[in-house]
Amino acid sequence: MPVGLMALGAYLPQRRLQRKVIAAAHSWFEPALTGLGQGERTMASWDEDAITLAVEAARACLRHRDRAGVNALYVGSTSLPFLDRQNAALAGEALGLRRDLQTFDLAGSRKAGTSALLAAFKAAEQGEQGLVVAADKRRTKAASTAEMNYGDGAAAMLVGDGECIAELVETHTVSVDFIDHFRTAESEFDYQWEARWVRDEGLMKIVPEAVSAILGSADKDVGDIAHFCCPVGNSREQQALARKIGIAADALVDNLHSNCGNTGAAHPLLMLVGALERAQPGELILVVGFGQGCDTVLLRATAALMDQRAGAQGLQACLDNRLHEDNYFKFLAFNGLITMEHGIRAETDKNTGLTTAYRNRALTTSFIGGKCRDCGTPQIPAAPICVNPTCAAVDSQDEYPFADASAVLRSYTSDRLTYSPSPPAWYGMVQFQEGGRIMIDFTDVQAERGLEVGMPMRMVFRVRDYDHKRGFRRYYWKAAPVYSGE
Amino acid sequence: MAKGIRDKVAILGMGCSRFGERWDSNAEGLMVEAYTEALSDAGIGTDDIEAAWLSTALDEQHVGKSAVPVASALRLPYIPATRVENYCASGTESFRGAVYAVAAGACDIALAIGVEKLKDTGYGGLPQRTRGTVNDLYWPNVSAPGSFAQLASAYISKHKMDKGDLKRAMGHVSVKSHDNGALNPKAHLRRKIDIDTVINASMIAEPLGLYDCCGVSDGSACAIVTTPEIARSLGKKELITVKALQLSVSNGRELSYNEWDGSYFHTTRVAARKAYEEAGITDPRKQVSMIEVHDCFSVTELITMEDLFISEEGRASHDILDGFYDADGALPCQIDGGLKCFGHPIGATGLRMLYEMYLQLNGRAGKRQISDPIFGLTHNLGGFPSQNVSSVTIVGREGA
Repeated sequence: MPVGLMALGAYLPQRRLQRKVIAAAHSWFEPALTGLGQGERTMASWDEDAITLAVEAARACLRHRDRAGVNALYVGSTSLPFLDRQNAALAGEALGLRRDLQTFDLAGSRKAGTSALLAAFKAAEQGEQGLVVAADKRRTKAASTAEMNYGDGAAAMLVGDGECIAELVETHTVSVDFIDHFRTAESEFDYQWEARWVRDEGLMKIVPEAVSAILGSADKDVGDIAHFCCPVGNSREQQALARKIGIAADALVDNLHSNCGNTGAAHPLLMLVGALERAQPGELILVVGFGQGCDTVLLRATAALMDQRAGAQGLQACLDNRLHEDNYFKFLAFNGLITMEHGIRAETDKNTGLTTAYRNRALTTSFIGGKCRDCGTPQIPAAPICVNPTCAAVDSQDEYPFADASAVLRSYTSDRLTYSPSPPAWYGMVQFQEGGRIMIDFTDVQAERGLEVGMPMRMVFRVRDYDHKRGFRRYYWKAAPVYSGE
Repeated sequence: MAKGIRDKVAILGMGCSRFGERWDSNAEGLMVEAYTEALSDAGIGTDDIEAAWLSTALDEQHVGKSAVPVASALRLPYIPATRVENYCASGTESFRGAVYAVAAGACDIALAIGVEKLKDTGYGGLPQRTRGTVNDLYWPNVSAPGSFAQLASAYISKHKMDKGDLKRAMGHVSVKSHDNGALNPKAHLRRKIDIDTVINASMIAEPLGLYDCCGVSDGSACAIVTTPEIARSLGKKELITVKALQLSVSNGRELSYNEWDGSYFHTTRVAARKAYEEAGITDPRKQVSMIEVHDCFSVTELITMEDLFISEEGRASHDILDGFYDADGALPCQIDGGLKCFGHPIGATGLRMLYEMYLQLNGRAGKRQISDPIFGLTHNLGGFPSQNVSSVTIVGREGA
């Protein structure tokens, strides 16, 4: 069987910050930004980070698929929250992947996503099935062009040698220590060098070299490329690059600048998901990952693509599920760029007992409860004694996953008293259709649409809270309303 | 077969501090204020007390752990003393400890005292605190109004009620309690309010506005109990005895089993049924003279009227708007202002409710006095609708 992509998934946070409000806020300070003040960028919620974005994209990719076959997980990102605690290991447990999973964090460059893909392709040739996820949520300085141009998002692809929607033709890599920007362990934000130099010495030299090499080894002509995913530079630079390489202008895949922004390590993969939503069987797709050199991947769409268009899990669905956001202060607050008065209530110590967290991670990370062997009652959290009053069997529960269980809203409130980074805090009881219920935080509630008892809810993996004192963060599942039309 | 507590124990004396923002006082001072009144009412001395129970919920906020704070504050004579905590129903727990000790014959005279010093946090509302290392991993960061507000969403859905209609009935609950509290010199909040003020107040947790929430107060309340025989031997004439004392604690079913609909308190129904049986009451709507319920929020009071089997299910708002529970209604509720206006120093609240019943039954309630009460019922609740501690206590005239 040929090696290739077996499934795809994308995830974008629903809020879309309008660039014109960013520009307007900074017009006194940096009027030049006004020219960039068009379109919108994705804006992660306060409870999203590279890990949660990655998990949601991966869930989209794995929906309705058997996860037991996945034996490696690659997480590519430049904004992973943990330097020493493997982010992929956490994501793997959140996704309920197998215990003998190989896990890899790939970081340190925007090409981390494509590098992950290359590694997975290599492993797939040995019969391994790898899940590749790339995600980024990069903090930026206020009034920077990065603030304007970046977006938050993630993409995932299942790589293996089974039935593929796109099969691998060739890969090639060029490694160059080219520093257009950098971010170190000591720095919060990107440090950026002059754009003109980046274009002339970097993009225009390194990318053509890599593309030429891959086409040569694949014995393909540049005119054969139907879809060119080039995630770096602005639209004008991408057109110039395509011209220089000889790729047709109409082969340039939408760079998502107008409606998403650049999602860093995720961007080449996100553009690839977009390309595969339009590609026809047999067409060639060239993906570029730029940063300290250039990864290139050449793929061919297969006939299977037509049956497995990503649909609800894909990029277009993510782009369509948008919430207009024109409050720039909210963006500053969500990203810790402004100090809000949260009051004394926010001061509660959030130290985590690592013993407790480890013991309870089936619940908190994997959202696994129990199902009673005697009476069949699902319950979460799992408990030593069955909650069914007519059963009450002891130690009778098998692990039972709730993350994808169908759920409805049972009771709710929006709370303006309790501490929340995004008041009001929405929470309440969610009931699972097959049994089980839980009191839980909600997220992504649209205040103007509100909530109604009985409406469908879905579970999402999010940051529960931040322990700023120790730099730790806790993750857990939350319920998000499914509004009609979604 | 256990026969229950009915008429086995009499209240010898009670005391209650002034509730409110007691910037002037530590918990010890509040306890002494309630205790000296109770001691003088009982006509005994500290050396007559043989055992004591202290109820306080948020000990980390004031006195700290154990019963040492009460033994030290009151200079108790090296007797058995125990600190109890059961959420906001803690006050009833200390009373239960003292009453059961006397009923068991373990001691002749026992003390129950509750205290809470809440106004040392630097902010309004109840203290925000850790819920333990496991709960902090997954339990939503709920506030008290946020957890009780959910009752309204489930109640509206179940009874297909208009949100505005429920809000108005809840509003009447608060207006009535402010009317009553205005007549109580020990109450925290003593200003009357009108319905528009309640309905238009800023939102705390949807649909609960500011005036749907009870006061957060400092205060202490105290009861001294003994056997009816000893009470008579000490010169007491018209005895007030304990008729029933029931407690029901959630076992996780409401929270984890798909059965409870979120619109009522399962525990209150269990405790109420048992309490009526223990007290020999068959028709509470007619037989009970007055009630003090745990009106932490207006919606709690409204729903509790049904859980106590006084209003029919789904009909509490009609009784409320008809004035059935007003001071001049058929069954006055929160005649002292309730948690809403008397205030809610957690560990003291259950005892404060009994204090009002005791004053009323003794004809000592001043401007709030209702005519000829026989039975008084207190309902003291703690926790959240989905997992709580609910107690129902009935006191009344001896022999009734």
